[in-house]
Amino acid sequence: MAKVKATSNGHHMNGSAERKTGTETVKRALPAMLKGGVIMDVVNAEQAKIAEDAGACAVMALERVPSDIRKDGGVARMSDPQLIIEIIEAVSIPVMAKARIGHFVEAQILEELGVDCVDESEVLTMADEENHIDKNRFTIPFVCGARNLGEALRRISEGAAMIRTKGEAGTGDVVEAVRHARSIFGAIRRLQSLSKDERYSFAKEIGAPIDLVNEVADLGKLPVVNFAAGGIATPADAALMMQLGVDGVFVGSGIFKSSDPAKRAAAIVKATTYYNDAAVLAEVSRGLGDPMVGRSAKSLSESELLAVRGI
Amino acid sequence: MKKHLHIGILALQGDFAEHAQKLRDLGCEPVEIRRANQLESLDGLIIPGGESTTNAKLEAAASSFSSSATPEIPIFDAIKKKAQNGMPVWGTCMGSILLAKEIEGSAQGRIGLMDISVRRNAFGPQRASAEIPLEIPALGDKPFPGIFIRAPLFIKAGKKVEVLCTIDEGFVMAREGNLLATAFHPEITSDDRVHRLFLNMIGSGK
Repeated sequence: MAKVKATSNGHHMNGSAERKTGTETVKRALPAMLKGGVIMDVVNAEQAKIAEDAGACAVMALERVPSDIRKDGGVARMSDPQLIIEIIEAVSIPVMAKARIGHFVEAQILEELGVDCVDESEVLTMADEENHIDKNRFTIPFVCGARNLGEALRRISEGAAMIRTKGEAGTGDVVEAVRHARSIFGAIRRLQSLSKDERYSFAKEIGAPIDLVNEVADLGKLPVVNFAAGGIATPADAALMMQLGVDGVFVGSGIFKSSDPAKRAAAIVKATTYYNDAAVLAEVSRGLGDPMVGRSAKSLSESELLAVRGI
Repeated sequence: MKKHLHIGILALQGDFAEHAQKLRDLGCEPVEIRRANQLESLDGLIIPGGESTTNAKLEAAASSFSSSATPEIPIFDAIKKKAQNGMPVWGTCMGSILLAKEIEGSAQGRIGLMDISVRRNAFGPQRASAEIPLEIPALGDKPFPGIFIRAPLFIKAGKKVEVLCTIDEGFVMAREGNLLATAFHPEITSDDRVHRLFLNMIGSGK
């Protein structure tokens, strides 16, 4: 094959001077490319490789998966940068990593390491109980959890380029993710039935900026990608969330706390693509071994709830 | 004429909904493609942005579902056959990787039709992703808003490949007969000129 010759006609404007990085468009576009996919929690390069081989569209680096954070207790922080570098080197898919709510220095470090997206996550211990990170100041996109439309729009106004349901991470119980997805989609449908002058009081009621409320009313959906997360443990859970209307799914403890992670991961990837095809769902759900043991979200005491962090 | 075109969008994983909206705005009827047996009636196919490794895993899986009424060939093989019989195919970003015969340093699954060599993630991680105004003579004088997201670059091209746009690092848009490749994402802009160019490729082949 021949080396490329520029076909440009003399004055050639496609240079680096015109280049704009970190714009809202560029930040929101990365999550858009992950739609219809599964993002898997991994704690090291070996797990990242298994996730990529199973068809994950991205991996999420964290210190401990949520079920271990629940079990071990203690302060949960950003992962060791060494582990994150090893994960970035091990895979070709995007690498996300978790920072504590409000911990903008952890986020700065993650951006410097070359992480593709930061999850400002309630799964880690909060670093600031009043303020989230000002995500508009970063070049890379952020994903944040939300339980309802007001929370989602507050995070978007802070610069989140992607929203996910909070669910209750580390439980293997999908009930809270369902609640949060239904809450967000239901509120959008109600908003669309309002007249324009009623939107102001709606905005006040949910604690969201009026310009974003107007944008959602016009679009009929969030202006950013919206994934499900928190408690998804089976292919059926993933397909359930997709049929409810989310754009893709995060799976945390559900994969690497099951008896056959590679097989379960591949099955959840297929279920997320063929979420409307019951024959495929029946087939991929067979013989996956034991799912994570889990515990019902209802059995958690108030101090064990993660979703109430950072609202 | 355009109303009667049936254009498929590979919908295994990625931003297929954005392409579908663009096509509807142009009066076409997009079809989301998840199985090889859906390809038969198509006039053209778009392969969207997404993750190429994920798509390669999924396309191989679909042919082995025992629930299939009839045995299916893998989707990539079916696309290759249709394209070799003249169906226009356009790949954006990931789609261009899957269309390329050569993926630098990788043996990953692909359709492997176009005589180009691509370098994945050529710009680096997401912080290097960028908006770059592009001069594309085939689209007229007005610059095209190029959006590059962990984008590939095309680093080599065969003799029959027509390079349509070049930036400092390499080339980012190319055509070879009925095949079109862009390293950037026209589907997430408000500019529909590349979609129109592709519709013209379909129209002229009929």
